[in-house]
Amino acid sequence: MLRHIRASLVILLSMTVLLGLAYPLALTGVSRALFPAQAAGSLIGQDGKVVGSSLIGQNFTSDRYFHGRPSATTDADPNDATKTVPAPYNAANSAGSNLGPTSKALVDRVREDVGKLGGAADRPVPVDLVTTSGSGLDPHISPAAAAWQVAAVAKARNLPEAEVLKLVAQNTEGRVFGVLGEPRVNVLKLNLALDALPKR
Amino acid sequence: MTFNGWVQIALFVAILLVLTRPLGGYLSRVLEGQRTFMSPVLLPVERGFYRLAGIDPAEDQSWWVYCRAMLVFHIVGFAFLYLLLRLQAVLPLNPQDMSAIPSDLSFNTAVSFLTNTNWQSYGGESTMSYLSQMAGLTVQNFLSAATGIALAMAFIRGFARANAKGIGNFWADLVRVTLYVLLPFCIVLTLFYVWQGVPQNLGAYVEATTLEGAKQTIAQGPVASQLAIKMLGTNGGGFFNANSAHPYENPTALANLVQMLSIFVIGAALTNVFGRAVGAERQGWAILAAMGVLFIVGVFVAYWAEAGGNPLLAALGVDNAQGNMEGKEVRFGAPLSALFAVITTAASCGAVNAMHDSFMPLGGMIPLVNMLLGEIIIGGVGAGLYGILLFAILAIFLAGLMVGRTPEYVGKKIEARDVKFTMLAILCLPLAILGFTGLAVVLPVGLAGPANAGPHGFSEIFYAFTSAAANNGSAFAGLTANTLFYNSTLGVAMIVGRFAIIVPMLAVAGSLAAKRKSAVSLGTFPTDGPLFVGLLVGAILIVGGLTFLPALALGPIAEHFAMLAGTLF
Repeated sequence: MLRHIRASLVILLSMTVLLGLAYPLALTGVSRALFPAQAAGSLIGQDGKVVGSSLIGQNFTSDRYFHGRPSATTDADPNDATKTVPAPYNAANSAGSNLGPTSKALVDRVREDVGKLGGAADRPVPVDLVTTSGSGLDPHISPAAAAWQVAAVAKARNLPEAEVLKLVAQNTEGRVFGVLGEPRVNVLKLNLALDALPKR
Repeated sequence: MTFNGWVQIALFVAILLVLTRPLGGYLSRVLEGQRTFMSPVLLPVERGFYRLAGIDPAEDQSWWVYCRAMLVFHIVGFAFLYLLLRLQAVLPLNPQDMSAIPSDLSFNTAVSFLTNTNWQSYGGESTMSYLSQMAGLTVQNFLSAATGIALAMAFIRGFARANAKGIGNFWADLVRVTLYVLLPFCIVLTLFYVWQGVPQNLGAYVEATTLEGAKQTIAQGPVASQLAIKMLGTNGGGFFNANSAHPYENPTALANLVQMLSIFVIGAALTNVFGRAVGAERQGWAILAAMGVLFIVGVFVAYWAEAGGNPLLAALGVDNAQGNMEGKEVRFGAPLSALFAVITTAASCGAVNAMHDSFMPLGGMIPLVNMLLGEIIIGGVGAGLYGILLFAILAIFLAGLMVGRTPEYVGKKIEARDVKFTMLAILCLPLAILGFTGLAVVLPVGLAGPANAGPHGFSEIFYAFTSAAANNGSAFAGLTANTLFYNSTLGVAMIVGRFAIIVPMLAVAGSLAAKRKSAVSLGTFPTDGPLFVGLLVGAILIVGGLTFLPALALGPIAEHFAMLAGTLF
């Protein structure tokens, strides 16, 4: 038995040094050398400030911007640490809603959002625009969900719809190799492109 | 369901089948102690481990010595990880000043990562220091996976050897799998994931100022290095709370494909290792075929359910063309979310790229059923193979009863003692799942857990104990599991689900190894053909189906009909 204990201790500790320190630390260094942008979180800088990450969605409320999907992330309640309050796109606490398909809370939330967006039976809202993502940080919306918002954003910015449509098309990514995944629009990149349009 | 969806599924299956045989050959060489192309570099390291630890890798251990070595290693590993989590607040590499982890959560987490379950009652980015993630959790990701593969090899030796006293050396198996298989593959995978966008840094969380001027704190960390082994070792414990649904932990559909392949590839290759060891690769393909039948049926049902979307939302003026998108990411959509869910639960991985809790009733039932069948559809690395071989023993025993002959499997007579131990191993799973679920639904502390009301609330509890006992680790995550009651009961369920299978399984391995090989005769039941595959699938479905059908009727099946009737909870 003592033999097993010694072997266990030695293997565990030496494996911890190899797999728990050497492996992740060495790869941190190699990653930084080979893929510096990705290793640091694909951050987007503007005027010397970090405005976000191209992989992480952010909360948009202004009608001058395209909106991402609803987000179910939360944060600790500042008044009571045992409770949480809604905090959309909290990138320090990823989470989905975990509402089941027969949940009254889900149906009520979707009904309210469909109402706000002006959806109806003959003009249904794309489903991703009224459902929360798995992470609460989904950076994308479907091309249909972007198309849905074009008119409103063009109006708020006083731009021709064709110009906004062109930006949406430029920021639409297809399937990887034409097969994998789904077509999508990166909301933050699209909104940055909108802001970059010359003022008129 | 779309054509493109099925093309993606077919592509996944095709790549997996191409990888199975070459990797099986490589794994065989490693586990038999033969030289490989990495030996010039790794052999001195391997010998260094043995010398330091006082191990003779050539010592052939009896099943009981092998078992004791494995158990002692787990007790020591548990104590180390538990202490690390309790002390993380005063240890280095903690830029976010994470506080010490409470005792019940530390117990649950340590058990979880040691048993290759990776159930998480916590959210990674809000709980764990970088040191805990790396030196604690990443290490056990490797070691629990290596243990599973080692145990599978010990079981395979039981079938392959004749008149033998031992079933191999636990320490040699553990060290060799880690050094020659898991570590090199993970180095390559880590760099691939970083290229795709997964962060790998030790910096503090980034403070961004959004376009609308709000503050956004973006969690960082050494994500890629943990992600690589999390998938390859079928561990499944996310670096972040949202696991592989998090865009940092699964940024592209290409990364997603590699993650799905990583989950299955070692488990599939082990069927080939088995075939080679018993002298006929066809025996391995037959096992893989039985797994494949169950897998494809699961994929079809889950994809069908998710692609259809939620009829309750369609009635509100929602266009369901994309399917059910609650809890799913746009870049994966319904097809890849359903496929990932089936793979991760078939293989006792437990990583998720969409929230299973928000799946349609029948879409969420498939992950549940995959786990209830005992994690034998590919299964956890190693665990899946010894799991399905136990079912093969059972199936061959049933066939023997029908024709009145002593059953034989790959040349070994299956006798009363072997069947008793096999049944012991198979029955502990329903005992733990149904026992604890029953307990939780009568106790107020248990009923406080579910986030959803009605049958879905029952499903959340049932799923949690199934996931724990089957060592999967995925969740219907609405359940509030970070409580004393759930942390301790789920912890015990994980221990039962791992070791109450392993110990009888090793006993069977020892007994089989000692038997002589009987020659193939005209009366031998062929175990490499479709008849055997059908018998094996039947045995799995009857044992799993009959045991759990009543509980499934109370959860997902009841919810499905409630949904069709328009009932809300």
